[in-house]
Amino acid sequence: MISLEAIKNAVQSWLQLHIGGTLALVAESILLGILVITLFAVLGLLLVFMERKVSAVMQIRLGPNRVGPKGWLQTSADTLKLMLKEGLTPDGADRFLFNLAPFMIMIAAMLIMAPIAFAKNFQIWDINIGVLYISSVASISVIAILMAGWSSNNKYSLLGAMRSGAQIISYELSAGVAVITMIILTGSLSVNDIIASQENGWWIFKGHIPAIIAFIIFMIAVTAETNRAPFDLAEAESELTAGFHTEYSGMKFALFFLAEYINIFIVCAVAAILFLGGWMPLHIGNWQAFNHVMDYIPSSIWFFGKTFLLIGLIMWFRWTFPRLRIDQLLNLEWKYLLPISLLNMLLMTIVAILKWYL
Amino acid sequence: MHEVVGTTPEGDFIINVGPQHPATHGVLHLVITLEGETIKNIEPHLGYIHRSIEKMCESLTYRQFIYVTSRMDYLSAHINNHACALCVEKGLQVEVPLRAQYIRVIMDELTRIASHELWWGAMAMDVGAFTPFFYAFRERETINEIMEETCGARLTMNYMVPGGVMADLHPQFQQKVKNFIALYKKKIDEYNELVTGNIIFQNRMKGVGYLSAEDAISYGCSGPVARASSVACDVRKRYPYDVYGLVQFEEVLETGGDAFARYWVRIQEMQQSVRIIEQLIDNIPEGEFQAKTKAVLKLPKGEFYQRVETARGELGVYIVSEGGTTPYRIKFRSPGFSNLSALNQMAKGGKIGDLVATMGTLDLVIPDIDR
Repeated sequence: MISLEAIKNAVQSWLQLHIGGTLALVAESILLGILVITLFAVLGLLLVFMERKVSAVMQIRLGPNRVGPKGWLQTSADTLKLMLKEGLTPDGADRFLFNLAPFMIMIAAMLIMAPIAFAKNFQIWDINIGVLYISSVASISVIAILMAGWSSNNKYSLLGAMRSGAQIISYELSAGVAVITMIILTGSLSVNDIIASQENGWWIFKGHIPAIIAFIIFMIAVTAETNRAPFDLAEAESELTAGFHTEYSGMKFALFFLAEYINIFIVCAVAAILFLGGWMPLHIGNWQAFNHVMDYIPSSIWFFGKTFLLIGLIMWFRWTFPRLRIDQLLNLEWKYLLPISLLNMLLMTIVAILKWYL
Repeated sequence: MHEVVGTTPEGDFIINVGPQHPATHGVLHLVITLEGETIKNIEPHLGYIHRSIEKMCESLTYRQFIYVTSRMDYLSAHINNHACALCVEKGLQVEVPLRAQYIRVIMDELTRIASHELWWGAMAMDVGAFTPFFYAFRERETINEIMEETCGARLTMNYMVPGGVMADLHPQFQQKVKNFIALYKKKIDEYNELVTGNIIFQNRMKGVGYLSAEDAISYGCSGPVARASSVACDVRKRYPYDVYGLVQFEEVLETGGDAFARYWVRIQEMQQSVRIIEQLIDNIPEGEFQAKTKAVLKLPKGEFYQRVETARGELGVYIVSEGGTTPYRIKFRSPGFSNLSALNQMAKGGKIGDLVATMGTLDLVIPDIDR
């Protein structure tokens, strides 16, 4: 059976055989870089198209259907348009920070790709603090947003950036506590270990109620962290026109736009790894035949299937809910989500001590 | 008068919302003083799309000037025309045939539903929910189709003329309206399920943009804005015109005075409009659809005033005639202008998000304010 693991191994051994040593490592790094950028491009195009189709279905429209077969080339055409547009820098803007911000947000998103396991034994960097690495690198993006908002010399941008700063920093706490809640069960921060611990059942099923609460809190918190509706206050278009990226145009705007979608993919991938078993197939108790059939589905399909399911959930949120107000948003986090998730962590500790999850 | 850019001496932000801004639904220009996210002062700047409709009307005949008024509050075009037609009829002392009166009222109420539909979608969009907008337009489209078949136009209908209506009803008019009503009753429940009952939406709307009954009266607010502050001011009920005196309907009153009360008044008004149409649609009497009038209308010397209830509130038409074929002076009392003037009172001290929610419940149509 052809799997991503087999391809990886074949490439690796070919490189070792024909180039060998340090040069092989360099070649592998370059290949990985190209792969990540390609993944970004493909994901960006796919997710933007998916968002437009999902919203179209919800809004009784057809969505893009003119460019290419069934509109599949619409996002490519849009990207081409954005590339050809002039990237303006407004007068009075801090040129250096203004131009740096979109790249920073992209680089942060790219770095997070490293420890994510896309399939069985298919991971760029098996770091033993994988989940910690993800949450720490993800918090760089708030600096990029603040940079963009401040350097634009626009009041709407500044207001949007300030909102975003308050929002992301607050919700990172809940997301972090939800992650810790799951770490209590797995006993390891490594992405591979977390997935391996779910071989005989995903955490959302065998983690009892605390795992489900943690999952819900995690999904709410990451929706807020990625600035998606109903928490899209940073770019609330009816209030702040476009928030922190009001002044950006052309490809610089596209990078922000792309980063938003990549971030959605990343947080959903993390949720899939923590709660839904990453690339682990679905196994039900003693149903041997069923489990066997599930094993035949490639692990990459399991991973991407779960991730896209969660992305669909987040898109569903966006097209259904109205937006919260800034004080309500912070109230929700500090008065409800954070205390609940802390309590939930205690509950999970009890579950872990009593070993109820086995 | 504040500066339009920069900051105040106290270091507060001054930002311009509009004339090109997604929240202002058109070209309203607000100059807002902000302390952080809190609003300290709002100053509407008018005149961006002033087209001197009142002055234009002075050089048009009594038949012609009605068409211009469709462009005032374009979402209530029928009702604007109705007000003008009634005012001219008052001067001419023409008796409008009963059939024409029935048609006018049905059309008015369809317009009211269409207008509230659009407001509902835009309101939801203001507080960040995009999907309701499309649901609202789906139903509004059905009304527009009925309008198109009957009047030949979808937005600026120009169907009302002095003495009645321009043309008789389309043969399938009654059936189409009845189909629409049957469908629409279910849709209102869907709206309530999707938006009204949503906890985020209620949190955004309740206790926001409070307007007391005294303030509503002193600012001259009318329509749903005043009725949400428990000021009974429905012209259809207080000063009935055409067949409004014959139909049973309730004047929707709420006591909350906040954004949610204004929202809820409009939702209930849509249901009342449905009720009015239901009473009339089966009983349209046979007969003339237009009274016999002279080819050239001349109003006697004097002053004539007529008020009607548009979707936004009380619209007054004031004609001063010198006895000629054109009015000497025309003045419109538009509901949007008075309602907008209360915005500072409502939104001061709130957050930017509150301003957007409050402005949404005012249901502003800018050409109605600027004329």
